Amino acid sequence: MCVTCGCGTDHQHDHDHSHGHSHAGEKKVIDLEQDILLENNLLAQRNRGYFEGRNIFSINMVSSPGSGKTSLLEKTLTDLKNELKFAVIEGDQQTTNDADRIHATGTKVTQINTGKGCHLDAHMVLHALQGMKPPADSILFIENVGNLVCPAMFDLGENERVVVISVTEGEDKPIKYPDMFHTSGICVINKIDLLPYVPFDIEKCKEYALKVNPNLKFFEVSCTSGEGLTEWYSWLKERVLTEA
Amino acid sequence: MHELSIVMSIVDIATKQTQQANALEVEEIELVIGELSGVEMSSFDFAWTQGIRDSVLKNARREIIRPEGKAKCIDCDAEFTIHQFFDPCPYCNSHFVSILQGKEMRVKSLVVK
Repeated sequence: MCVTCGCGTDHQHDHDHSHGHSHAGEKKVIDLEQDILLENNLLAQRNRGYFEGRNIFSINMVSSPGSGKTSLLEKTLTDLKNELKFAVIEGDQQTTNDADRIHATGTKVTQINTGKGCHLDAHMVLHALQGMKPPADSILFIENVGNLVCPAMFDLGENERVVVISVTEGEDKPIKYPDMFHTSGICVINKIDLLPYVPFDIEKCKEYALKVNPNLKFFEVSCTSGEGLTEWYSWLKERVLTEA
Repeated sequence: MHELSIVMSIVDIATKQTQQANALEVEEIELVIGELSGVEMSSFDFAWTQGIRDSVLKNARREIIRPEGKAKCIDCDAEFTIHQFFDPCPYCNSHFVSILQGKEMRVKSLVVK
């Protein structure tokens, strides 16, 4: 019996063709078992190889809009520019506003506009890398589109995924948007200088986040007061050293 | 709406497979989308109707297999069903669980003609 089209069990025909190809007008069953995101994941692996070869530690920054990703980057780039090399890929639906803010710190930056897209994918990052050529032995920040849902599913080839949450949001964000917290390794809790003015329960937030992902590591920071940034900076510095 | 990206990836896979098989269109497609995959099925259905227009999938019968979430407790080794990433082990209440099943997203098979 022809395994590809099922012919041959209950009828006879001349074998003037070889089996294993499709017969025009006939059906063919393809047992594919292919990951739907295979294409993205292959490109992500390619990006990962690029990072490894150049000793670049890449960080995919994810959060809801307005949690302070760009502010955290501005502060980090300004404070550490004499100690570490950086490059930044900015993802937004429209405008180059964020790239302009990063550019003002003197850091190499590329803006990706996703148009109607709600997340970055590995293909976009690949093209951004080809255009910008980030320096070797550096840290590359990839600031994703502000969205706590969609970017969770797309591997960009990053070494670490950092989810940022601010104290002006609800402390239950980790269980409302578990996918993002599940796939991240680091959680930065931002704007802690505002804690006296908002009802945000920081311990509760961490408790929720650890339920989703017990391996999550936290940094509590304020880009305004500078509180907690030292720990964040030490962590970044260690990443480039340990990778060298 | 990352579901639209997912649908477009499926359309790409189906188009490639149809061409490779020298076929014209897909008659049937079988998908595996786990309950923990992060795909919202109502969004997926909406994206599907838009995404398959004028593609090899436009007349395809679609079947979706939805494996439920299964996890293993790292602390007590028990295996159990989970519906959310934050569900604890029902035996020892630990959150240190590893996901065994439910995150998959695959094109399982196609029938092309």
